[in-house]
Amino acid sequence: MPDFNPKIVAFVCNWCTYAGADLTGTSRMKYSPQVSIIRFPCTGRIDFMLLLKAFANGADGIIVSGCHPNDCHYSSGNFHARRRWIIFRGLLDFLGIDVRRVQFSWVSAAEGAKWAQLVNDTAENIRQLGPFSGFHKLRGSGVE
Amino acid sequence: MARIGVFICHCGENISATVDVQKVAAAASRIPGVAHSVEYKYMCSDPGQQMIQNAIREKNLTGVVVAACSPRMHEPTFRRACAEAGLNPFLCEMANIREHCSWVHEKSDATTDKAIDIVRTLVAKVKKNKALMPIKVPVTKTALVLGGGIAGIQASLDIANSGHKVILVEKEPSIGGHMSQLSETFPTLDCSQCILTPRMVEVAQHPNITLYSYAELESLDGFIGNFKARIRKKARSLDEKLCTGCGLCIQKCPTRKIASEFDAGLGTRPAIYVPFPQAVPNKPVIDREHCTYYLKGKCRLCEKICPTQAIRFDQADEIVQVDIGAVVLATGFDIKHSDFFPEYGYGRYRDVIDGLQFERLASASGPTLGEMRRPSDGKVPETVVFVACAGSRDPAKGIEYCSKICCMYTAKHAMLYKHKVHHGRPYVFYMDIRAGGKMYEEFVRRAMEEDGVQYIRGRVSRIYERGGKLVVKGVDTLLGARPMEIEADLVVLATAGVANAGAEELAQKVHVSYDANSFYSEAHPKLRPVETNTAGIFLAGACQAPKDIPEAVAQASGAASKVAALFSQSELTREPLIAVVDRQAPPLYSTCVGCFLCQSTCPYQAIEKEEIRGRDGQLIKTVAKVNPGLCQGCGTCVALCRSKSIDIQGFSHEQVYAEVLALLDRGESDA
Repeated sequence: MPDFNPKIVAFVCNWCTYAGADLTGTSRMKYSPQVSIIRFPCTGRIDFMLLLKAFANGADGIIVSGCHPNDCHYSSGNFHARRRWIIFRGLLDFLGIDVRRVQFSWVSAAEGAKWAQLVNDTAENIRQLGPFSGFHKLRGSGVE
Repeated sequence: MARIGVFICHCGENISATVDVQKVAAAASRIPGVAHSVEYKYMCSDPGQQMIQNAIREKNLTGVVVAACSPRMHEPTFRRACAEAGLNPFLCEMANIREHCSWVHEKSDATTDKAIDIVRTLVAKVKKNKALMPIKVPVTKTALVLGGGIAGIQASLDIANSGHKVILVEKEPSIGGHMSQLSETFPTLDCSQCILTPRMVEVAQHPNITLYSYAELESLDGFIGNFKARIRKKARSLDEKLCTGCGLCIQKCPTRKIASEFDAGLGTRPAIYVPFPQAVPNKPVIDREHCTYYLKGKCRLCEKICPTQAIRFDQADEIVQVDIGAVVLATGFDIKHSDFFPEYGYGRYRDVIDGLQFERLASASGPTLGEMRRPSDGKVPETVVFVACAGSRDPAKGIEYCSKICCMYTAKHAMLYKHKVHHGRPYVFYMDIRAGGKMYEEFVRRAMEEDGVQYIRGRVSRIYERGGKLVVKGVDTLLGARPMEIEADLVVLATAGVANAGAEELAQKVHVSYDANSFYSEAHPKLRPVETNTAGIFLAGACQAPKDIPEAVAQASGAASKVAALFSQSELTREPLIAVVDRQAPPLYSTCVGCFLCQSTCPYQAIEKEEIRGRDGQLIKTVAKVNPGLCQGCGTCVALCRSKSIDIQGFSHEQVYAEVLALLDRGESDA
């Protein structure tokens, strides 16, 4: 599927990854435009049901990224996110969503290059996996 | 109905070079709820801001989206501009189409489409934004300093000198801490008491400082600016107001053979005592564990002899409650003691001592009055072996870190010994010499070169007694790992500096975090070294990590300046981006079911229990409540709440769901 342009939503924390993505911009590094960022105070704030909502509404892939372990601005939010992610993976499996569609990562405010790499790698992986259409019938039916 | 204004910035050419800004403005004007959509060269310039303010007034906007740079750059600018035009600043959001779009993508339709996506996402968010008011909390301008060592003394004096009240709490009968026990200090060889005791007196006499010695913190509640502390004043068995500190009771007390804590167990003291002659306050305490009256029910000699009738055998502990605005933790450190080194015979051989004991031996006020005599038989030791890194940097002993001060004080000890016993032979076993600091390396060199201290690079495996001598078995790694033995008269172990025994308990009482070694954690290891993660609680001295006197003093002054800055305002203003728990009219009151999962997850102890009672006072339900002074707005509780009863202002469920839906809604019909 050469002309497939995936839609990828990135859920990032304000203090590390959002700032890291800002750094990617100020350093003028280029990356794939298929990813858009939604800002949260902390990865600990991310309700993983939002990820399902995104899949149900046409997302093909998702990035969740925050501060590295022990660097959380709020000391422990990223650990909560990590634990939730471990449990959530099981749910994804159960729902028939390929786990590779969600990329969980740590990007610090100094890792502009890592953010560009992460986005490009994820976009490439999702392109390989193809569009996610599993939930499209649910959309608008009120079931989701 | 929402009336949103969208303002698209060219940022010179930074955005317009790769994004078709006219197309973005046109697309934005078609988004439902958008009443105004324009683009301009520099939105952050005065005319740009004026443009926003005019639109707010003329079109009666209910929300503003500025599509420009990162909110980390200009969010405060645009929020201020909105506020000046009469729009609540929290109804303004920024769409980051520069750092996250124009700068990272090539000029293409996809880039413009992404910019439109970002604008649409933020428009959807801002429609759900609510007007918020900044949180204001009052500040009680009194600081509580816990620990009266050099760090606590310095912090107290600095805060008091900036014009604020200080309550200094010390658990021992006198302030002074470990520094008062030291003989001389590196690298200047200043007499420790000579530089410390004037500071102690200053504390006692300062009109802004209230000193509670022989007291401990019982509990701490509240939040920054508004703490309530309960302090337990332990019974001194003495009326402090009547006592003149004449010392008659101390001279006459018949129970005299108690090991002195101040002399690190090398000297003795009576049951009624002051730790050392320059103690502040200079009022004795009765040690109830050893006093004959408390043990056997008779004696009361001190009571009979006291010229002011100050002795109170029936005195009970007293609880004092105080209101404070900030806390400085300066509770210091301890060193590892005997049971830690069975292979060195520490605790078994009287002539194997630790660094603090050597300080007392070398001190003019110590048990030998400064003469170098070993504890077992009082002979002058001819050969002394100093063992550095006794426990430190030793993962097998569970202490992986460097205790930092031992290299320097070992060099000082060897030097002091040599100055007192000119014909003596001092040896130092070391792993590495870490003498980073002003005049520190020079000091160690002086010990080696001028005072002839023998430094042997290697570790000691065993110490045992043979014919009245202590045999130190070690290895010299600079001479081909040659095993070696030294017959010593005295061995001094530079035992590892560790956190105080009660450090964890206190941390839990005041809600600060501590590391794997029970040292208190700073908020940021580089940029916030004197703050803790709990707002309003600061750190000074060796309770945070082992450190020497100048470092402890510097950190104490740093903590004091943080406190002074906090106290420079009568009200604290905070962004209201905090969590709130659902509240409704009766009969529901709140959707919160009171599971308090949020309480266990909150890193700031900001969740409280609130009892909802009916008019008759009967308990209807217990629900969670967020303390706005403590909440930092991380939102961990929000994601965790099972009944979605807790939400965070600025990143609410409504807002983020609207964002996700808007981002993915390109108006395509492929579903």
